Amino acid sequence: MGNRWSGMFWSLLFLAVPVLGVATFAVAPSYDIWLPKDVSEHGRSIDSLFYFILGLTGIVFIVTEVLVFWFLWKYDGARTKAPATFIHGSHALEVVWTIIPAATLLFLAIYQMNTWADVKMRRPRIAPTVEVVARQFEWRLRYPGRDGELGTPDDIFLVNDLHVPVDEDILVQLKSMDVLHSFFLPNLRIKQDAVPGMKIPVWFKATEIGQYDIVCAELCGWGHYKMKGRITVESREDFDRWLAEMEARQEATQPEADATAAEVAAVP
Amino acid sequence: MSTVQAPHAPSSPAVVTPRTGQSLSTFLSTYVFSKDHKVIGLQFLFSTLLWFLIGGLLALAVRWQIAWPWSQVPVLGKLFAQEGGQMSPEFYTMLFTMHATVMIFLVIIPILAGAFGNFLIPLMIGADDMAFPTLNMLSYWFMWPAFIAFGASFFVEGGAASSGWTSYPPLTTNVASSPGSGWGQTLWLLGLTLVGVSSMLGSVNYMTTIILMRAPGMTMFRLPMTIWAMFITAILQAFALPVLTAAGFMQLTDRLLGTGFFTPEGNVVNNLATSTGGGHPLLWQHLFWFYSHPAVYIMILPAMGMVSDILTTFARKPLFGYRPMVYSIAGIAGLGFIVWGHHMFISGMNPALGITFMVSTMMIALPSAVKTFNWLGTLWGGRIQFTTAMLFAVSFVSMFIIGGLSGIFMAATPVDIFIHDTYFIVAHFHYVLFAGTAMGVWAGIYYWFPKMFGRLMNETWGKVHFFLTFLFLNGTFFTMHILGAVGFPRRLADAYHYETFHHLQPLNAFMTWCAIGMVATQIIFAVNFVWSMFYGPVAGRNPWNANTLEWTAPSPPGHGNFDFQPVVHRGPYEFSVPGCEKDHLMQTDPPDAHSAALAAAH
Repeated sequence: MGNRWSGMFWSLLFLAVPVLGVATFAVAPSYDIWLPKDVSEHGRSIDSLFYFILGLTGIVFIVTEVLVFWFLWKYDGARTKAPATFIHGSHALEVVWTIIPAATLLFLAIYQMNTWADVKMRRPRIAPTVEVVARQFEWRLRYPGRDGELGTPDDIFLVNDLHVPVDEDILVQLKSMDVLHSFFLPNLRIKQDAVPGMKIPVWFKATEIGQYDIVCAELCGWGHYKMKGRITVESREDFDRWLAEMEARQEATQPEADATAAEVAAVP
Repeated sequence: MSTVQAPHAPSSPAVVTPRTGQSLSTFLSTYVFSKDHKVIGLQFLFSTLLWFLIGGLLALAVRWQIAWPWSQVPVLGKLFAQEGGQMSPEFYTMLFTMHATVMIFLVIIPILAGAFGNFLIPLMIGADDMAFPTLNMLSYWFMWPAFIAFGASFFVEGGAASSGWTSYPPLTTNVASSPGSGWGQTLWLLGLTLVGVSSMLGSVNYMTTIILMRAPGMTMFRLPMTIWAMFITAILQAFALPVLTAAGFMQLTDRLLGTGFFTPEGNVVNNLATSTGGGHPLLWQHLFWFYSHPAVYIMILPAMGMVSDILTTFARKPLFGYRPMVYSIAGIAGLGFIVWGHHMFISGMNPALGITFMVSTMMIALPSAVKTFNWLGTLWGGRIQFTTAMLFAVSFVSMFIIGGLSGIFMAATPVDIFIHDTYFIVAHFHYVLFAGTAMGVWAGIYYWFPKMFGRLMNETWGKVHFFLTFLFLNGTFFTMHILGAVGFPRRLADAYHYETFHHLQPLNAFMTWCAIGMVATQIIFAVNFVWSMFYGPVAGRNPWNANTLEWTAPSPPGHGNFDFQPVVHRGPYEFSVPGCEKDHLMQTDPPDAHSAALAAAH
């Protein structure tokens, strides 16, 4: 079946997989199609885990794909005179290629536990900096005001415009009013679903002043795509000044603020 | 084996002609309400290929919006002209919901179990039919109400379901929360239940048939990998499906009767408070993934089995590590029941529980790795024949490596925080389901087509089909990995207004062009398929010189399959036995033929 050229052609096609695959990953960062800039403290360990897995899987990818190519090339029936090797397997090989991946995977599993615990299990012992209540299709925010306590009359209500001080532990209390949403801060390596009926703590420490996106990452209805917020990371002084300004503005429009307050406060 | 057909001489080609003097009722019982597993298999095949086309077109519409948001949609635009030919965001959510629904429930699952399972199981184990032919017929006809439910849902008020194929409540249980949450979602749940009934009827039948109806000499460890995979898939179906069915009914009563299984206290949607409470949205996710994670293995294991058989035939070599291959399928199936939580790492589920699921998920990569190494071992030292079926089978291996490795990123919980619900996961499951399973299905079609229709498909056009599909699929899906690395979220009708994603439109446009090319390429396949049914070269019983039992039957086999009683003397992969003049020993070849040679070789 087929002549000598066809086997070579198809083998080379399969060689193109690792070549172009690696090339895609190599070129992507220079077009800025890569991990967005990390501005969080814990993000470093997430990114380094990403690179570690990329390296590890990259090696396996290249080796196995090159073997596919090499076996197709070398054992092409149209070009080889030797009969096929009559072999049903090899116990030794099976043991080797079971134990090595098993050990690697187990190592990977244990290696990452600490990062996960840092991001999702070791909550800083502080009062919530802000409460985020997701609803179709906006992020309702509530700052505790001067008394530092949520649920008191001096709470400050805002929409989509999250501000946090830089280099401080931030604890967000995440809730949802209606359906599932997901609080996704790409630059802060944070993603957490907002679930109606649950109060979920989310914490991070932003390390760089600037403005970044808040994206909804869990389908929440027709307007899912436009459920956009912004997070502003700023110095402590700027943050305090901004919060005071927001408070003053809220005082000026008391009735509206009261209506929002009642709605947000009703969310369990 | 229950009954044995009158023994014809094996050499005389059996001509399959419907009995003469047939009435409408014989026509109906032969071709429509047939109880013959082969006809039922082909009915599944034709139906699922048609839905494959619909699912592909839905995908193109999705891709159009991602590449050129809010632009005039060609062709389809006229259908929803109220937006001036533009796609509305709710229409977009409906599109990707139904693309996934159609592809998973109406294409992949039924084409593997329904079409190939039905056609191949009795033939490959040497049985004259399934254990329960009537049940088998019903398993196909239960698909039709499902086809109608899913199909009709496009035309009801509010459109078809639009809350994602995962149907997460409260979006699905609260009718006020989305337009497709009306009749569309109800029909979706009904359709899903009916597909489940069909799968369940099939799976009971497959298990019974494989356990009880193997030909004399066909021990479990002489079964071809295809049958092992079908067998374990059937077990997975039987244990996992009841949970989905129950969950589906709970969601249905939540919607219709207000039971509130998935609705928490104080839920307010669209400024309307819900009257019930006391439920939890995460309950649905647990129940849904308890089925749907095993289901992803239901969607790949049969393809793995078929690819194993095809690789050995065209490498002219025994399968490397038969038993490890069987054990790793069983391992995947077993572990498959305790990894569902990896879909829920950031769902709000207890993070400590997340660690448990992370460890089991890491470990499930192991049997997949073992399978990959054994496939490589099978290619090593072969005499490879580059047929179209072989090219698709090799590409299954090559692409499954990508899909398997990218899974490790998601299994790593901290990395999953960033890439969850981004295009990274979209890349991952398309590499497993399209570049894996669909390529395996094409390998299966090119390979067993001569058995199905007695004629071979055109090889040249088959290779053109392979080449273009392979090229375009990588153009479409490989790029999704780097898109996911940016964090580009899935299911957004337009993400370019975010600062993080605004520069990604050109890449998406490239991917859409590739997707258009990929769908267009399938015209070549469709023409080749139909043309070859009637005009392809006559195949004979065993065009590939393969070993398994189906190749001893006439092509196509008549009702009752074999014109002699197959008796099995050896395993399915005795290729290139030293000392034999032909390079393959069929499972039915008499034991004395080459016993000395075999004994010497072992």
